[in-house]
Amino acid sequence: MRKGTLRQILLITDGCSNHGENPVAMAALAKEQGITVNVIGVLDQDTIDESGLREIEEIALSGGGISQVVYAKQLSQTVQMVTRKAMTQTLQGVVNKELKQILGSDVSLEDLPPEKRGQVMEVVDELGETVKLEVLILIDTSGSMKTKLPTVKEALLDLSLSLNARMGDNRFAVFVFPGKRGDVEKIVDWTPRIEELSTVFPKLTSGGLTPTGPALREALAYFGRKRSLRSWIGDDESYFEESSM
Amino acid sequence: MMSHTLRNHLCNLPQGTVITGKWHRHSYKLLKQLGSGANGVVYLAESRKGLVAVKLSDDHASVTSEVNILRRFSKVQGVALGPSLLDVDDWMNPFLHKTVPFYVMEYIKGESFPAFIRKHGKEWVIILLLQLLSALDQLHQEGWVFGDLKPENLLVAGPPPTIRLLDVGGTTLQGRAIKEFTELYDRGYWGLGSRRAEPSYDLFAATMIMITACCPMKLERKGDGRSQLLSIIRKDTMLRKYEGVLLKAIDGKYKRASEMRQDILAAFHRSSRSRYHPQPARQMKPMSRRSKKKKHRKAKGVVETVLIAAVLLCVYAIYVYHQVLH
Repeated sequence: MRKGTLRQILLITDGCSNHGENPVAMAALAKEQGITVNVIGVLDQDTIDESGLREIEEIALSGGGISQVVYAKQLSQTVQMVTRKAMTQTLQGVVNKELKQILGSDVSLEDLPPEKRGQVMEVVDELGETVKLEVLILIDTSGSMKTKLPTVKEALLDLSLSLNARMGDNRFAVFVFPGKRGDVEKIVDWTPRIEELSTVFPKLTSGGLTPTGPALREALAYFGRKRSLRSWIGDDESYFEESSM
Repeated sequence: MMSHTLRNHLCNLPQGTVITGKWHRHSYKLLKQLGSGANGVVYLAESRKGLVAVKLSDDHASVTSEVNILRRFSKVQGVALGPSLLDVDDWMNPFLHKTVPFYVMEYIKGESFPAFIRKHGKEWVIILLLQLLSALDQLHQEGWVFGDLKPENLLVAGPPPTIRLLDVGGTTLQGRAIKEFTELYDRGYWGLGSRRAEPSYDLFAATMIMITACCPMKLERKGDGRSQLLSIIRKDTMLRKYEGVLLKAIDGKYKRASEMRQDILAAFHRSSRSRYHPQPARQMKPMSRRSKKKKHRKAKGVVETVLIAAVLLCVYAIYVYHQVLH
């Protein structure tokens, strides 16, 4: 199997969007382009209202990813776990697809006897360790998120610690929404070292609107732009286009 | 991550529930819950072969990974690496109409590490740590790193008290990224190293186990991790004796568990010697030992004399007795 790149968007938010396109639709669009959308809802003492919770789940569902709602304190552990699980899930999706091609029927990992499953899982583990990973982190900086930003920063540094221990390459980009001028603002461009984040983070100002949908759209476009640039250069990397089972 | 409802369901299976495997048709009757974690629930169960531990989860991927690791261990078993694997199967859950993957392990009877220390005292910390380091050394030599090493994953079986490692969910091939970890025992969290699986990763966790066993308090990183840990070590009378070893492990300077084990043993002997012979006495030691020997010899002489006298007296008494009778 050729080794490709896994692409994920990690959305960190604490509530409902209130501006622009529907984020659930944007997440579905992302999935169509082979990009997984994971969502982490951050709680403080307060709770997220029903509609906010539902939106978080729906975005992840239509984005082929994982959602998790946590208290700010547990954020570090959650961010790395969600990213990893989503990777495994995507890779499993890819492997399942291959299995179907080989066995020619509706066979997935769960339908194999446990003994065979082990061998397949070893392949998935191996891939998860070596595959290239691109994570675009999309942070909601509106209103109540402001107090949680230091924790978010810590969690992201922690994420890079976990991912950089892998054998495969990683690239991160960080976007915040709402941005100073538009709906979304790029604060860190693609880099293997997320530590660059430390310098830009304190400067963030938070605004009132929560344009989650437009932010997702922009993020998608950013993946696309980069890819088109690649094809210009003639890079023949393949992308895993499957994101869920 | 288990979805909430399924997780709740698996955690609250009523006692007496019988689980039958879809592939191998073995049945297990659940007796009580032994523990639950992020990836599943473990129950004590009754099978035809006796008591066993059954782990249920809804995450096929993590169950399969864990089974893979347990399988490898069963090939290299001998010492306390992990519980041995007995069965792997799927359970067609009648309540959810969904297959739930599970595996069956040997049931190790014992106490959790923190409970054992609470009951039997801190002096056991060092002994169990030495055992742990031996087990880790073996694991490392097989090319693995345990990963999620913490007191909750240690079981003290016995008697004689023997440490066993449970929950292989974090066990990772060396050189890869640690699969699962717990913040407090993770050197990355303390800002003291990477999350790459190498022996020194486990040795850091072992050090944290020792620290938390000696100072059971709520621990949380504040600022510089290294100086925070150092101040805890210096404040505790027991930890202080091992300061050198602990610091070396914290800094990731041990390449092998056996090196750390040797250093702990050495520190133990040093501390116990200085306890019985205070510092000034140490210089006098050669002399004092000799004089003790002399005293010893003198005492031996007295005993000998008394014995000979007693024997002679007895012989004489018998002689007199015979003389009187005849």
